[in-house]
Amino acid sequence: MTTFADQPLEEQIAQWRAYLRRRQAVHGPDVEELEGHLRDQLVTLAEAGLTGDEAFLVAVKRMGNLDALSREFARAHSERLWKQLVIAPDAAGESAHAARAETLVVLSLAVAAALAVKVPALFGLRLSPDEEVPAFYLRNASLFVFPLLAVYFMWKRGWNAVGGLWLVLPFAAGAVFANVFPWETVVVDNVPKGSDTEVLTILHLPIALWMAVGFAYVRGRWFDDGGRMNFVRFSGELAIYYVLIALGGGVLTGFTVMMFQAIDMNAGWFVGPWLIPCGAAAAVIIGSWLVEAKQSVIENMAPVLTRLFTPLFTVLLLAFLATMAWTGSPINVKREVLIGFDMLLALVVGLVLYAASARDPQAPPDFFDGLQLLLVISALVVDGVALAAIAARISEFGFTPNRVAALGENLILLVNLAWTAWLYARFMRHRGSFAALERWQVAYLPVYSVWAALVVVIFPPVFGYR
Amino acid sequence: MDMSKDLVAASATPLVLAILAEGDSYGYAIIKRVAELSGGHLQWTDGMLYPVLHRLERQGHVAAKWSASENGRRRKYYRITKEGRAQLAVQRQQWKAVDGTLRGIWMESCTV
Repeated sequence: MTTFADQPLEEQIAQWRAYLRRRQAVHGPDVEELEGHLRDQLVTLAEAGLTGDEAFLVAVKRMGNLDALSREFARAHSERLWKQLVIAPDAAGESAHAARAETLVVLSLAVAAALAVKVPALFGLRLSPDEEVPAFYLRNASLFVFPLLAVYFMWKRGWNAVGGLWLVLPFAAGAVFANVFPWETVVVDNVPKGSDTEVLTILHLPIALWMAVGFAYVRGRWFDDGGRMNFVRFSGELAIYYVLIALGGGVLTGFTVMMFQAIDMNAGWFVGPWLIPCGAAAAVIIGSWLVEAKQSVIENMAPVLTRLFTPLFTVLLLAFLATMAWTGSPINVKREVLIGFDMLLALVVGLVLYAASARDPQAPPDFFDGLQLLLVISALVVDGVALAAIAARISEFGFTPNRVAALGENLILLVNLAWTAWLYARFMRHRGSFAALERWQVAYLPVYSVWAALVVVIFPPVFGYR
Repeated sequence: MDMSKDLVAASATPLVLAILAEGDSYGYAIIKRVAELSGGHLQWTDGMLYPVLHRLERQGHVAAKWSASENGRRRKYYRITKEGRAQLAVQRQQWKAVDGTLRGIWMESCTV
């Protein structure tokens, strides 16, 4: 190998190489090829009697302007301007060995998640294509996957086993509270109806346990710089990847059924109890892996969707308010209305959160910030109107677990948005910084999980397992 | 003599193909050969040769292979393919036509 005894020269070459590597259109092998050329040139120049420094200057000059060069490379390889997600070691840090180890860990965890879904079947709780899914699976859905996801992050972040042991606690507690309560199944008009508090547990346990995954994600340092916001970004990207994988899975399922039907075989026994549940579990791990691998490579999607939908939702809310004011028609309080408005508030919080996740906190307020403030305020007004209507109904019909849960969530989101509006207004008038808003959003994250945990732990006994 | 950029770019393909038709070679050697053949009149920016080579590789006119060089480093060697030779023949016809036309007009202006 032509290495030069001249140490400063080697350093200069390394610097040049690093500079070249940052060019998107110039790939690793090209850098090697160009470096080989540079070294050949240097040898020739040194033989001609130039010193290391002189030779380097001449050789680099002859190689040409790197901007122009990488432009030429981009023209010869136009596909390189489209960022590709390739799960391969990058030329700089990670070694090929580490990348292989990660692939292996992820695949084993995905298989483990898929198998975990089938473990209850060993104890007689079978999934059958003709019957409804036993409530056990729904209550424990997050417990099949989240602990394995936490293991992945602990492995990836290099947590020692002892430090990770206390993460067992939330999952163990989740498993206990998902399964110990004697929920009743009431029969209304000959139709068995699951208990309300059981449905609440099904919905809230994943939210409570997602926080434990977050702890593994930030390596237990919840309050460290940017860790929480990174977890928010991760969660959004994972949701998007999961939907994409699910779409692909749906196509795969459809073809499985169709093709076997063509030869008069019923694939139902495979699709219902195996393909869908095992695939859904494994997809969480695979999706997380893809998000981890891509984070720096491909543009984040969640903030893009936020930019796209913030104006549209603002228009929707304003149109709704205007129509209501114009016609004077009151909100028709039905069963789902409260939950509907909860989801609206959650969506607005999500829009604020993901806009914040992609924003440079130092940038001055711009038009989009004004739009966000308008969105938050109109959401607050709409929710205020809805709450007034719902309060009347609750005083009339009394408390049920669903109403209390929905009301609690509404309150939590309302507090968040009210304070967000205040911070946004201060920021718009240059009295506060955007960082304060970001801090408020990430500081509020545990509130959601704590409330979800309360619903899981306290609601069933308080409401008599109804 | 400073040659125009467009002319350098246009002559790059036939020149590289012609040099590779003499035998397999690699980037640095091709550059040296060009300088030698042109007597120093044709000065390429060294780096610019590589996008040209890669484009030819993609078009199938040359094939590339990494192998060890005499100094122990990996080096990318290029070889002209059958399509490359056909392309070279076509380019040769075109350059001949250009050359013939220019010669004709310049000879005329000499005699007049």
